[in-house]
Amino acid sequence: MVNSTLHIENESIMKALWTVTDPEIPVLSIMDMGVVRNVDMENDLVIVSITPTYSGCPAMDTIGDDIKKALKEEGYQSRVKLVLAPAWTTDWITERGRKKLAEYGIAPPMEEAADKAALIAGERLVKCTHCGSTNTRMISQFGSTACKALFQCNECDEPFDYFKCLK
Amino acid sequence: MKDQSLYEYLLLLGDNSMILGHRLSELCGHGPSLETDIALTNISLDLFGQVRSYFQYAAELKGDEATEDSIAFLRFDRDYRNSIIVEQPNTDFAHVIVRQFLFDSYHTPLLEQLMHSNDETIAAIAAKSIKEAKYHLRFSSEWMKRLGDGTEESYQRTQAALNHLYPYLHELYHESPIEKEMKDQGIGADLSVVKERSIETIKEVIAEATLSIPESEPRMVRGKEGIHSEHMGFILSDLQFMQRAYPNMQW
Repeated sequence: MVNSTLHIENESIMKALWTVTDPEIPVLSIMDMGVVRNVDMENDLVIVSITPTYSGCPAMDTIGDDIKKALKEEGYQSRVKLVLAPAWTTDWITERGRKKLAEYGIAPPMEEAADKAALIAGERLVKCTHCGSTNTRMISQFGSTACKALFQCNECDEPFDYFKCLK
Repeated sequence: MKDQSLYEYLLLLGDNSMILGHRLSELCGHGPSLETDIALTNISLDLFGQVRSYFQYAAELKGDEATEDSIAFLRFDRDYRNSIIVEQPNTDFAHVIVRQFLFDSYHTPLLEQLMHSNDETIAAIAAKSIKEAKYHLRFSSEWMKRLGDGTEESYQRTQAALNHLYPYLHELYHESPIEKEMKDQGIGADLSVVKERSIETIKEVIAEATLSIPESEPRMVRGKEGIHSEHMGFILSDLQFMQRAYPNMQW
């Protein structure tokens, strides 16, 4: 069973992992992203399993390095393992993560049906991160990174990113 | 090597994505509009991500000092197993979209099958990649319709691209000995099913795009055996330059 929030007994490991953020979205901890799938101890070695959001996500290498650095500061040697299954889904982004995304200017992913309606049928469902209006339109299916699409608000005219639903 | 066939199958899967990914990367900064430029390079990035997964696994099987980089960059043209269609150049935007669409129509049902591979790693890579491939197919299908059912010029260019590229499509469906062996072992995909699904998608989209499927004969090409088109040498000299000039360099 995969849970979106991972519970780790060891508080200092937990604390260190929470400080690591996605370099593309610096307000968001990898714990809120649901990227950390498991933490194991092998003698003195901490083994952190992470999963990529998208196959080609260039942030994964940096995230791996940042995890090792953060754990080292807490006095742990660690190894980062990349796991592909089960594949990451946007459902694993926590409630708090979604809120932080919106505050940062990225509209958080909607549930699958609404996402399709917005991305394919052009329905006005995605909420502008600047003025809150849902009178918005998609500019491009692909945005500044693989996980985002580009939108523009018809009310305030501002462009913004939408984090695509991935299931 | 114990798993020679599996190793070669991974090359075959990875090489298609890598060479197409490279072709798309050539468009970085050259797309017809900012949005399509970003979209095509995003697709390239997805494909390269998938290639890394295949080649990391292949490197594990190969052992010695093989790495994903040595597999990607240090083979000669005859050792690449990609089909000829993905080598075709970015002649114009219509060629880019038609090449992408034909590949996506094949890639999606291929991954659907590989998700059920009895090789756990291949199944995991496919389960991850299929979400991306479906999104690519959506993008390329929409552009097919927009170009085909667009202006007189966009229609003509897209039909011309289709006439050029369609004969190469059949190589993707043609079962090579490695693919047969992998299918029989429950590791690889059944290409007859892939073909059926792919053709279904193509017919549907092409009809809506007001284009027509060319009646030309399939080209007898043998990219899967390592016999490539004239384009391959140029692609590899671009791709491999850094590793050849600065052996073992890393980012």
